[in-house]
Amino acid sequence: MTSLPSPSAKKLGLVIDLDTCVGCQACATSCKEWNTQGYSAPLNDVNAYGSNPSGTWLNRIHGYEVEEAGQAQRRIVNFPRSCLHCEEPACVTVCPTGASYKRAEDGIVLVNPETCIGCKLCSWACPYGAREYDQNDGVMKKCTLCVDRIYNDNLEPDDRLPACVKACPTGARHFGDLGDPDSAVSQLVAERGGYDLLPEMGYKPVNKYLPPRPRRDGATSRPEALPKPDGSAFDRLFAWADRLLSTGKTPARAADIDNSGKLEG
Amino acid sequence: MHPAYSVILFTTASGAGYGLLALLGLTGMSHGQASSIAFGVAAMIVSLGLITAGLLSSTFHLGHPERAWRALSQWRTSWLSREGVVAVLAFGPALFFGLVWSGLLEAPTLIAPLGALSVVLAVITVFCTGKIYSSLATIRAWNNGLTVPVYLVFGLSTGASLLAALTALFGNLPAFLVYLSCLLLALTLALKLAYWRSIDSAPRTHTIEAATGLGRIGRVSQWEVPHTSANYVQTEMGYAVARKHARKLRRLVVLALCLAIGLMLAALVAPLAAVLAALVALVAAVVERWLFFAEAQHVVTLFYGARAA
Repeated sequence: MTSLPSPSAKKLGLVIDLDTCVGCQACATSCKEWNTQGYSAPLNDVNAYGSNPSGTWLNRIHGYEVEEAGQAQRRIVNFPRSCLHCEEPACVTVCPTGASYKRAEDGIVLVNPETCIGCKLCSWACPYGAREYDQNDGVMKKCTLCVDRIYNDNLEPDDRLPACVKACPTGARHFGDLGDPDSAVSQLVAERGGYDLLPEMGYKPVNKYLPPRPRRDGATSRPEALPKPDGSAFDRLFAWADRLLSTGKTPARAADIDNSGKLEG
Repeated sequence: MHPAYSVILFTTASGAGYGLLALLGLTGMSHGQASSIAFGVAAMIVSLGLITAGLLSSTFHLGHPERAWRALSQWRTSWLSREGVVAVLAFGPALFFGLVWSGLLEAPTLIAPLGALSVVLAVITVFCTGKIYSSLATIRAWNNGLTVPVYLVFGLSTGASLLAALTALFGNLPAFLVYLSCLLLALTLALKLAYWRSIDSAPRTHTIEAATGLGRIGRVSQWEVPHTSANYVQTEMGYAVARKHARKLRRLVVLALCLAIGLMLAALVAPLAAVLAALVALVAAVVERWLFFAEAQHVVTLFYGARAA
């Protein structure tokens, strides 16, 4: 049924820390590995070993470059993107068959691969690019929040986590109940100022992103932050050695050091 | 947005078919039985033929056409489902109307009520088609108050042009129909120009900074995409026609609609010009529908480096 259930108290989702994500792709490969054998399997690739490979992935890691005010160098932010399990998912309400649905008990958004007709309208309705059409199966695929792991009694309790969270080597991915204000993930969001993507669109995503922390010292990346001569005995010793070694040339000063990386000559 | 040819064919063919059906329904209500069985049957074959061909072609882009019947179930929330339901509902009364109006089935009292029912259901179907697109908040160019009126007026004007062409072929083109077709084609042109003005002037309010939320630390640009060749999201939602081509194609639509009006007026002296007018109007509709997709920018392009959407 594509009518949305009344909002559940339990809102399972992910919290992604953009400060600690290193863009290693472990979450994406682990996701692909688990989900190609799990719910709505397989996750097909087309022309996987050819010149123009493509395939269905439920999690993709973008890289963004941010120009911060007062910083000479740009900052790279690794940005994992997957289904946000929205509270107002238009991808569900536009579905003509009822194959797309939001679970009443925990808010997970799923696609039933047995009834999906592959009309792709849900992917048009999603602003986050979370849904990918599987050409081989003719149905839409999306993040299941590893519904076949998190409730799986055959797994050790420690493993009952989404594959991406389990795989993350830097602890940048957190899984939990965002409907419970006392849960660890909710606390983390409150503490770090976790935010929604495109909040003005009104889809009310459950997943939250933690912003990169401010740089410790905005000046550390500038050339003028390099150590300067202070007239100490060591400085005088080095200046003498410099004069000795660079015969006929003007002695180098810290401020004159070429930071461009170009080789002399 | 990627212009799927099956969807372009479906929306233009079924739009013209429903437009023709609505006008035939009105004709039946005002004039009673068709002037001849042959004309009645031919008109109904063209109308229902276009509708059926359109509906069939719309299933070609599905991953599982054999499950298409499931699309009739979610009319409570989905405009696509509503369109399917009304299209199926319209088929029976339209077929029945065709039988009594053309005179194949002798029941003159039923012409008016069946005609009225066909008009209402035809208009609602095209309205639902337009709503599928206009209800998507993710695509600014579609999420526009003029999307549905443009769908409706294109259906009516191409339908009227087809009716004029058919009556011309049967040698009974009334001057009134020429004027009605011209009026509807002119209205189509006016609404489409207003639509283009509207989408060109509307501000692009969503930004890459808001999409990534990284606006809080600075100005954002794409550094690296998450794959080595284009993925589904890019090929389906990232398709964009170059602005200079879009301008050329817009001019082509305007030119074709003006030409259709001119040819239609020429039909006052040489009735067969109406056939040409109908063909030119259909070409305008196909180019316009192709542009409708190709010009539309999806919000997800922000995650792939677009500055605003």
